[in-house]
Amino acid sequence: MPADSREKILRRIREALSVEAPKRHLGQGGDRASSRPPQEWLPRIPHDLAALFEKNSQDLKTDVRHCRDAAATAAELSRIARENAWKSVASHLFPLGTPAVAALGLPVLLTDQAYSKHDLERCDAGISGCDCLVAQTGGILVTSASAGGRALSVLPPHHVVIASRSQLVGDLSDAFDLLRKSHPSIPPFVSFITGPSRTGDIERILVLGAHGPKKLTVLLVDEEPG
Amino acid sequence: MSTESVQFHHDAERLTRDVRHRGLIQKALGGYYVKRDEQKSRYTDWQMARASAAAAKYEAVNHLDTYLLELTEKLEARGTKVFWAADGAEAADYIASVARNAGVRRIIKSKTMTGEEIHLGQALEKCGYEVVESDLGEFIVQLREEPPYHIVFPSMHLTRGEISDTFQKKLGSAPAETPEELTMIARDVMRQKYCEADMGISGANFAVAETGHLSITENEGNARLSTTLPRLLVSIVGIEKVIPKLDDLAVLLPMLATAGAGQNMTCYNTLLGGPRAAEETDGPEEFHVVLLDNRRTTLLADPEQRDALHCIRCGACLNVCPIFKNIGGHSYGTTYQGPIGSVITPHLRGLQSWKHLSFSSSLCGACSEACPVKIDLHHHLLQNRRNAIANKPVWWEKPIFAGFAWFMSRPALYRFAAPLLRVGGPVLHAIRGRFFDPARLWTATRDLPPPPRESFKEFWRKRNASR
Repeated sequence: MPADSREKILRRIREALSVEAPKRHLGQGGDRASSRPPQEWLPRIPHDLAALFEKNSQDLKTDVRHCRDAAATAAELSRIARENAWKSVASHLFPLGTPAVAALGLPVLLTDQAYSKHDLERCDAGISGCDCLVAQTGGILVTSASAGGRALSVLPPHHVVIASRSQLVGDLSDAFDLLRKSHPSIPPFVSFITGPSRTGDIERILVLGAHGPKKLTVLLVDEEPG
Repeated sequence: MSTESVQFHHDAERLTRDVRHRGLIQKALGGYYVKRDEQKSRYTDWQMARASAAAAKYEAVNHLDTYLLELTEKLEARGTKVFWAADGAEAADYIASVARNAGVRRIIKSKTMTGEEIHLGQALEKCGYEVVESDLGEFIVQLREEPPYHIVFPSMHLTRGEISDTFQKKLGSAPAETPEELTMIARDVMRQKYCEADMGISGANFAVAETGHLSITENEGNARLSTTLPRLLVSIVGIEKVIPKLDDLAVLLPMLATAGAGQNMTCYNTLLGGPRAAEETDGPEEFHVVLLDNRRTTLLADPEQRDALHCIRCGACLNVCPIFKNIGGHSYGTTYQGPIGSVITPHLRGLQSWKHLSFSSSLCGACSEACPVKIDLHHHLLQNRRNAIANKPVWWEKPIFAGFAWFMSRPALYRFAAPLLRVGGPVLHAIRGRFFDPARLWTATRDLPPPPRESFKEFWRKRNASR
């Protein structure tokens, strides 16, 4: 292994920083110590988080469906499975989703134990939970623990998230706060998913399903399980 | 003139005359302007959001040593190996040695401009590895053996027809007519590549010192797949990418999405803080982070232009630049195009060879206005001009300006010469830009305003006389 240049680079940095840089052009709000929290300048968050999440999801082409209880969730998931002619699915164990996945009667690959990525690639859908839903961006926050690892939410062509209404938060700062509270430290894998995979690399025309899921469905459950 | 400058002027002139190219770029950017403004209007205060994003980067860049050490410590605590590379060769050698030691054969790469900067893909191919670009735009330009055209939209200059031809020739695919069909061809090729690759390479948009995470922004999902499926992962990160706090992302991620592509949020924003942990069932077994200097510290040592290191590579300054829109991305001959490229390339690759980029600007300031982290871009272009001249003066400029000053400070001489211009004006106009024109280098592409019928002095005298 080649030796690294840590000390050389640090020395150069310290020499360079011996002269202070002007910050006049940053203007009002450019002083970190005295300014108000930056969330104040972002888009406003209305009281009804579910409505905001749904509106943003619509813009992103995420399909949001409401389910009254566990039975309705299972029925909705079965309907989606029939609509899309799923032959096999991948999932992990989580209270809100596992009964509904079991009720599908399809072969299920579980990713919370050792699995083969080639098997996962052949599944028609990945069904997972999440840490929270971010209303301001229409995003879904996943970690390895909440969404069955790093690949389940991105490799199969259809990603279905099952979440309860109580998992809605306002903005990214709220999501970070929640991560700090619910994990001993920020986990090594965290991802904000904002709509199905997309690209505009050909003539800047939007195409869904570039490499990740072509479809993203959120089942929003009214009641907590149990 | 440097060879870079000669090449630049040649390419820029050709592209400026290419009306088809200009139409293509205008059409591609037209949609961006609409979407960007729509998203900007949703902010409670876009200008204040810019100021706080700039303040976060100012804090990081001006305490770079502290935050880099914090980042390294946090990354290492979770089993990530951190390597500090002084230049491109050190970075590429290290990455090649990681690959060699692990018996790697196939490498899948997600988009990294820092990797482009040091020609990482080519260096690894030379060592015998198969290197595949997974970002759709990067994949297309890789197949065409071209550099990326734009830091965010690499294949923006190509039509679907050209891309279909490339796919037919290089992948043996059937002709395709829509962007959707073309995207699906690439998707099918790539899915096998993700599963087969032993090593993934990524860049990073931000590196969070507080928690020791890299933040990667993308729309396609290729970065998530490239950083998850291969057993080895290497991320290459410029030292200026570090930010102090996790909460800084709450403003930087939406700003990057809005300024970069007119989105509310980019599709995937992923935080990577380490290799597969004991409680995880997937993810890379080994994770290496390469922190790259490559003369960023030279730019850091210039306090006047240090804020150019605030750049989050969103490409907003390219999208609004009248020069970029006319000469296109390839004419620059640099990794980073547009105003930010013109500002930083002289620092990264030598002022005298790259000063011409700072002179090729109308100084309109659209770039500074568009920048989400408030880099004073157009003033930096001026400062590069000043530094270039101070460092290597043009011998004939001083006598010419001295002569001009001598002439202009003698009213009698001026009064005598002004009417001559009125006579000579039409003659100059007639020969404008031709062989006989002594000023043809200037006038060939510029109009000479017709001299006025009377001077201001004459007008003023007449006006007072008629009262």
